[in-house]
Amino acid sequence: MANFKESASQTAGPYVHIGCVPTFAGLEGMYGGKDLGNTMITGNPAGKRITLCLRVIDAAGEPMTDAMIEAWQPGPEGSFGPTEGFNHWGRQPTDAETGEAIFKTLMPGAPTGQTPHILLWIAARGINMALITRVYFPENDNAADPVFAIAGERAATLVAEKTDNGYVHTIHLQGDHETVFFDV
Amino acid sequence: MTGLISARDLDWHPAPLAPDYRSSILRSPAHALLHYDPTETEMTGPTFGHNMLGALDDNLILNYANPGEAAIGPRIIVHGKLIDEDRRPLPGKLIEVWQANAGGRYRHKKDGYTAPLDPNFGGCGRCISGEDGSYSFQTIQPGPYPWPNGGNDWRPAHIHFSVFGDGFAQRLITQMYFEGDPHIALCPIVQSIPSTQAINTLVARLDMSNTIPMDIRAYRFDIVLRGRNQTLFENKMEGL
Ligand SMILES: [Fe+2]
Repeated sequence: MANFKESASQTAGPYVHIGCVPTFAGLEGMYGGKDLGNTMITGNPAGKRITLCLRVIDAAGEPMTDAMIEAWQPGPEGSFGPTEGFNHWGRQPTDAETGEAIFKTLMPGAPTGQTPHILLWIAARGINMALITRVYFPENDNAADPVFAIAGERAATLVAEKTDNGYVHTIHLQGDHETVFFDV
Repeated sequence: MTGLISARDLDWHPAPLAPDYRSSILRSPAHALLHYDPTETEMTGPTFGHNMLGALDDNLILNYANPGEAAIGPRIIVHGKLIDEDRRPLPGKLIEVWQANAGGRYRHKKDGYTAPLDPNFGGCGRCISGEDGSYSFQTIQPGPYPWPNGGNDWRPAHIHFSVFGDGFAQRLITQMYFEGDPHIALCPIVQSIPSTQAINTLVARLDMSNTIPMDIRAYRFDIVLRGRNQTLFENKMEGL
């Protein structure tokens, strides 16, 4: 019988890499040997190139080394594309040793009525429905952003840190610094 | 660009913390998710073209096999329609799948189950939905497998699905199960879903009408993403 309610979510499990980043998983040659979403800057687009290094920390304080993170973002002008030479969507597994997921991308612009941000979507073993959060940049007036404002006094958990090696952002699943996750 | 995307019914999906699924204990936020209505960011999403697909991407029986060989296991077609809650088909959407082999073993360095790897089976496939939202894979039926969850836990046979919609808010990862599998009722991951009705949305049915005699059986699995394009008028009516 037909059902017209959303299919229920289930965890991506520990082997998500096989399906989404098979080259990373060691399935040599699969899909032409290139994982979809691996490269966001594919040409020579205008805009400021940035590196965003993400880590996801579990409730025991350990970095998650088996997660998959997707990013979806506006381009430098604030539009969602398509943009020549640039994929607005990227996908990276967290490193099996360090837990880092590194996105080489363009600094997002401001969509109408919003402050520049990147939407993040996190799937992993133990996560029953992929977690949605946003990352903002410290140099902007983020308080003017309506979604940032909803996060209230926890909004600081949405702001990346600027370092000499690019932007770094740590996502905490629990604890005093628990990142704000959204139902959107 | 799509219109509004209907709100997600969080009570229909598993809660972040499902204690019987022990991995969720350290990996679930303690705070409730904060709600906002989708903005342009969540109403848009990536698009994928058929030209990115290889000829065997949707055939897990052959896409990792040595020339002239094939994966071992019961041959099945898994097919259905990708639609939204308003019954509209979702054409041109990327669907990715992954699964264990017929013995219940994944081709993954973290899987140490006793069952052997099949040299001809990789375990992933992908396709893009057609104009009417239809999709299809050929694969082998995966085996159930044991997993460390603190007891004698076995996953029902399942295929993992990753699905894109028009807007990123529709993005979904789930798992497909097989009609009649007694492990469905015993699995803490399946049972993290609150209602039997919601669990049943994930159970594929044997489809004899698409089964090819003497060749391959078919299972039907429709996938539903959040609704789109409700008009302002409809919204107002609901609010009255
Ligand atoms: Fe699995």
